Amino acid sequence: MITLSDTITFGLIAGVFVGLTAGYLGSIMVSRHMALVGDALSHVALPGVALGILFNFNPFIGAFAFLAATVIVTWYLQKSTTLSVEAIIGVLFVLALAIGILITPEVDLFEALFGDVSKITLTDTIITVLVSVGVLVVARSIYEKLVVSMISKELAIASRIKVERINLIYLFLVAIIVAIGIKEVGTLLVGALVILPAAAAKNISSTLSRYSLMSAIFGLASATLGIILSNYVNVPAGPLVVIVGAAIFAAGVVASSLSRRLNNQKSIRNTI
Amino acid sequence: MSDVHRTPTSGSNQSRAEASDMLVVSELGVRSQNKAILEEISFKVKKGISLAIVGPNGGGKTTLFRALLKLIPYTGMIRWNDKIRMGYVPQGLVSTDFPLSVAEFLRFKCRTDLEACIRSVGLEKEILRQSLGSLSGGELQRVLIAWAIVDDPSVLLFDEPTSGVDIGAEEPIYDKVNSLKKEIGITILLITHNIHVVMHYADYVLALNKRVLFFGDSKSLTHSQLLSIIYGNEFALSEEEYHKE
Repeated sequence: MITLSDTITFGLIAGVFVGLTAGYLGSIMVSRHMALVGDALSHVALPGVALGILFNFNPFIGAFAFLAATVIVTWYLQKSTTLSVEAIIGVLFVLALAIGILITPEVDLFEALFGDVSKITLTDTIITVLVSVGVLVVARSIYEKLVVSMISKELAIASRIKVERINLIYLFLVAIIVAIGIKEVGTLLVGALVILPAAAAKNISSTLSRYSLMSAIFGLASATLGIILSNYVNVPAGPLVVIVGAAIFAAGVVASSLSRRLNNQKSIRNTI
Repeated sequence: MSDVHRTPTSGSNQSRAEASDMLVVSELGVRSQNKAILEEISFKVKKGISLAIVGPNGGGKTTLFRALLKLIPYTGMIRWNDKIRMGYVPQGLVSTDFPLSVAEFLRFKCRTDLEACIRSVGLEKEILRQSLGSLSGGELQRVLIAWAIVDDPSVLLFDEPTSGVDIGAEEPIYDKVNSLKKEIGITILLITHNIHVVMHYADYVLALNKRVLFFGDSKSLTHSQLLSIIYGNEFALSEEEYHKE
């Protein structure tokens, strides 16, 4: 029987909601070939977390402030220059990581980088659940518009979709979920919570509804199993959440490859 | 008087739009990296006509469309009729390696009868289950046309709708576009390289090579004259040579 301490229970509840929401948002990020953007974006939060630790305020607020500033700068530069999102975030991410590592107190650095679910309080959990639900609702409402703007910007604009605005809202949603996921898995690994579930789901999905659903479920499963495992093996939950996500991805690759081979054999047999 | 005519390039009349004008373009200019892509483009399009936009590669056809869709900065004036509903058929999609079925794609716009929607462009309902990425060029173009017409647009913009489509599959697509014009009276703006399409399916032609080379009734020109306008005299064929080709 699984027994969990109160602190891990809070972390687990928060993890379920963060994993589910990050997986759902990730389905758009992976499809836009922006997987590494999601990862790099998460590192930008480190200076904000460090300021929270240094000046004794909630690191979530610091992380979100830095992420929001990065989103706005990225969105503006993307609109007004010929630079790609990858290049802009690439520059901001290395700068933020360097500053973050310099100003984060050494004793807190490990926790900032890899998270600590045992320090998630009841208040943190309530905030995480409410924010995650809010992000999910907004993401659901703009999901179709994001898909259309992804497959053709011209098609989206002709369909009266405000592409720039929708993109900005989406990046803000990613920033919010990255900020609240930092306590779970840390700034170094929170990007994986967005990318891995979607990459696994894309490999085994042929329809959008299945893809977005599987992505959310894989996100939930990675976070839940990673946190439960950490309760038993006494290592930080962050790396375990990522390892579980990678295992789901690997299983998906094997399953889809086997399924393709079976289908090929079936069609050869039918031809004969 | 023709339905489509070039607007004066100066004076206050150039920006005056009549109620029947679907689109008024006046003194349009587009520059990129200090290079003029389009200069002094002025024309009007009235309701219910089809206008073919032709010209050599790099002549500014797609740039004109991008400006009409307000995707790029421009100088001059582009005024669409306030009441228009626009449908757009791109050359293709930027990303098709996405798990999105035809039914899901169409359902973004059409909440009711998907089967009727897909049959209206001559496709069978079985295609609804396929993913967009698995379609042939012709099938994808028809799906994009279905998407464009599903909410009864008053203007359709086609950017080379048969690029990447087999020769045999081109004709049905243009027939479909033509029947839409006749059935529901929509205005069509069409980029094409195909002179045959211009002569058979377009009421008017706008020949572009950075500037307007010709603008007027497509029936007023022979194939040879049109080729000569677009590409210069050395490319012009006699009518006899054209029909042999």
